[in-house]
Amino acid sequence: MKTFIGIDLGSTTTKAVLMDDNAEILGRGITNSRSNYDTACRVAQQEATVDARLTLCRREMRSDVSDEAGKLDELLTRLELGFRLEQFLEQLNDLEQTCRTQIRGERFEGKEKAVTEVLTSVFEKLRAEAPAMYAPGGQRKSDFFRDIAGSRYLTVAEETAKEAGVPFELLLNVYDKSIIEVENRPPSEDMTGKFLRALNLVVKDAAEFGVDTATVEKAVKTALDIELEEKFLVGTGYGRVTLPFSKEHIRSEILCHGLGAHMMYPNTRTVLDIGGQDTKGIQVDPSGIVENFQMNDRCAAGCGRYLGYIADEMNMGLHELGPLAMKSTRTVRINSTCTVFAGAELRDRLALGEKREDILAGLHRAIVLRAMSIISRSGGIADEFTFTGGVAKNEAAVRELKKLVVENYGDVTINIDPESIYTGALGAATFARRAVN
Amino acid sequence: MNTVITTPKNRPDPRDVSKDDSMLKQKEMMARHFDRITSAPERGEKVCATFVPGNLNELIMCFDFANNLPEVNAIQNGLRKKSGQFVMEAEKLGHSEDVCTYVKSDIGMMAKGNIAPNGEKFPDPDVLLLSYTGCFTFLKWFELLREQYQCETILLHTPYEGDGKITDNMRQYMVKQLKEEVIPKLERVSGVKFDIDRLRENLRRSAKAEDDLVYVLQTAKKRPSPIDAYFGGIYYIGPIFGAYRGTDEAIDYYATLRQEIDARMAAGLGPVTPEGAMGEEKYRLVTEGPPNYTSFRDFWKMFYDEGAVVVASSYTKVGGVYDFGFRHDPDRPLETLAEYCLGVYTNRSLPQRVDMLVDYINEYEADGLLINSIKSCNSFSAGQLLMMREVEKRTGKPAAFIESDLVDPRYFSAANIKNRLESYFQMVDQKKAGGALKGAAA
Repeated sequence: MKTFIGIDLGSTTTKAVLMDDNAEILGRGITNSRSNYDTACRVAQQEATVDARLTLCRREMRSDVSDEAGKLDELLTRLELGFRLEQFLEQLNDLEQTCRTQIRGERFEGKEKAVTEVLTSVFEKLRAEAPAMYAPGGQRKSDFFRDIAGSRYLTVAEETAKEAGVPFELLLNVYDKSIIEVENRPPSEDMTGKFLRALNLVVKDAAEFGVDTATVEKAVKTALDIELEEKFLVGTGYGRVTLPFSKEHIRSEILCHGLGAHMMYPNTRTVLDIGGQDTKGIQVDPSGIVENFQMNDRCAAGCGRYLGYIADEMNMGLHELGPLAMKSTRTVRINSTCTVFAGAELRDRLALGEKREDILAGLHRAIVLRAMSIISRSGGIADEFTFTGGVAKNEAAVRELKKLVVENYGDVTINIDPESIYTGALGAATFARRAVN
Repeated sequence: MNTVITTPKNRPDPRDVSKDDSMLKQKEMMARHFDRITSAPERGEKVCATFVPGNLNELIMCFDFANNLPEVNAIQNGLRKKSGQFVMEAEKLGHSEDVCTYVKSDIGMMAKGNIAPNGEKFPDPDVLLLSYTGCFTFLKWFELLREQYQCETILLHTPYEGDGKITDNMRQYMVKQLKEEVIPKLERVSGVKFDIDRLRENLRRSAKAEDDLVYVLQTAKKRPSPIDAYFGGIYYIGPIFGAYRGTDEAIDYYATLRQEIDARMAAGLGPVTPEGAMGEEKYRLVTEGPPNYTSFRDFWKMFYDEGAVVVASSYTKVGGVYDFGFRHDPDRPLETLAEYCLGVYTNRSLPQRVDMLVDYINEYEADGLLINSIKSCNSFSAGQLLMMREVEKRTGKPAAFIESDLVDPRYFSAANIKNRLESYFQMVDQKKAGGALKGAAA
């Protein structure tokens, strides 16, 4: 099967989209950009391939497996969770092995055995609790290995070290030295093996889904055997310049976002993208060709990274900001969206006795106001208006945006795709497909 | 990744690229310019400081002044990576972040010993001659210099071309100032009696050099353009907008340049870049606004690496607009000086600027307009977005807007600008492809 790949190397996350010859999206993948775009690119692409395999499994099963109970989707979710568990355990093992190699040097002298024992115990516990995280309905802090493994390692290692009378900082030391190495290690290529192990887990429960085990196995194996032939790849986003892509493999993210938004919503005329370090207002014509654009200049005030700093200052997860801001009863007026002053602004408001949710509502409004200024400089908002980028997932930002669009431009259709974070990668994949066809 | 990726070919080391005669000549002229100023006291010469737009070099020469142009000094300090420290020095002295960075570079340079690019100290000026041509900051700048040097200050007020035309009243108003204010004061400071025939000779020489300059700038109408009218153009305008207009040296420089450009044209060559001849001409652009000088080479590279050539620019007209037929006229010496000042780009109204840019796009068959808006230049940057919309509307060609600064390195974000430029070039590609498709469909 011919495939076309679009990769959006953003400042915070790297996204990949795998497209087939009919311009259908086969798979999407995302990873944190880390300091190594090369690895981020590989990981995102592999994640998109995993997703593509699941799509192919779905296609195969839809044609082969009778789904009288209507539970095929749940079965596929189980298959994916099983795969993710396998993937997590593989990286966890890698982390353990790498940590072991770091138990050396003066500071570990005489404590090697004790630290090794604690480490063994910690990883046993982490392995033991992993299946629950990947069970249906299981909770994970994030989808990225570093976030999940990191937070659990620190908690479990602190408890275990304390019980064993081993200084926690030694456990912290081996982890810090290992995590970047593990994270930047090219992902294992044994995708089929992991899928088959996941399949074994699923087929055990196949009866529960009212489907025939042998048919499921056949469908999955057929899907895994389909060759995914990479015909063309296009990279976009800030990181594109760090990769040795020649010009025909590079498109600017402005063009990719414009085209990606057009692919998602063909009537799009104005696109707003709020990403990690830039905000873009883009006008596109009926074919998705960019007619005009504006973006923030040297200052990244009001971009996604600003929310990241705010989350850090408040000791909250990025995804928790929007829901808290939605609880606001009054919006605090905030004028500065300077990322550097974010912490000071926040503490100042807290000191004045303002409620966290009200301050957050004000911060979200300030970001959107700045974005509105960029859009107006690009030529305003025309119907239909598509909002993309990581911040489009933030319900409080969306609420403020909708209000301001109505106030300034009246009744306009506003499109927000749940997968809007992949808009740039989708545009890039479309460019890749067009480059060949 | 299975995609076969070819890395871009290496370009030659800029140090290995041979320079044209005009380049060497221009470099040597700049060196002599600074030597003349810094050695003026030794020779008993007096120094006049004046600004580039609407400068009265032919008149200044009549009084034997060495002509020191503060913006040229700021540009040189920008190109030599010295302006950053001067700007910060001026900020230490109390000038805010938003003040024009030419001013701050100049103030900072004075605070740091007033050393010229040749390593010698600039002498204090004996007179400050301000031809006010649309930039309000110039007034304040010279007020600061007057405070510093306590010397004679002369203001030649140029009425703004708000209605888009020069009236006889405007001309006479300026001639009156020249006769009653400017010339008597210059005589008094210099101790040299004004000789109108000497002025006529200087003006005659100016017109000759101006003919060749216009010829060179208009060669960009050819495909491929043998010149870059922005990055290369900045070198070309050096002598005419500085202390050489009205001299034989300027005539000689522009004659040499013209010959070189003719030869390039005959050979079908594109512009010269710091890395040798430019490759295939892919994009023809018109630019509005000055370049960034602190990252001048990097900025330029972002264009020639992509095959983008600037075929016409408004910035190379800030010292005087010659496209529409103006030449210094020795038969009307004072009137011609007035008309020169009135016509400079900075003194033109927004509709006139739009007309010029539209004409450029049409006449030079450009693919679009690119505006580099200067952060610290309120008088020139105001209205540029509106101008852009109007030019887009009237030409149907895509435009883009980037932002940087003249000589403050902190305001040049290479990644951001490159990103916008690449987006713009790709947008032009898409537009061309879209246009071709539409044409084919029709």
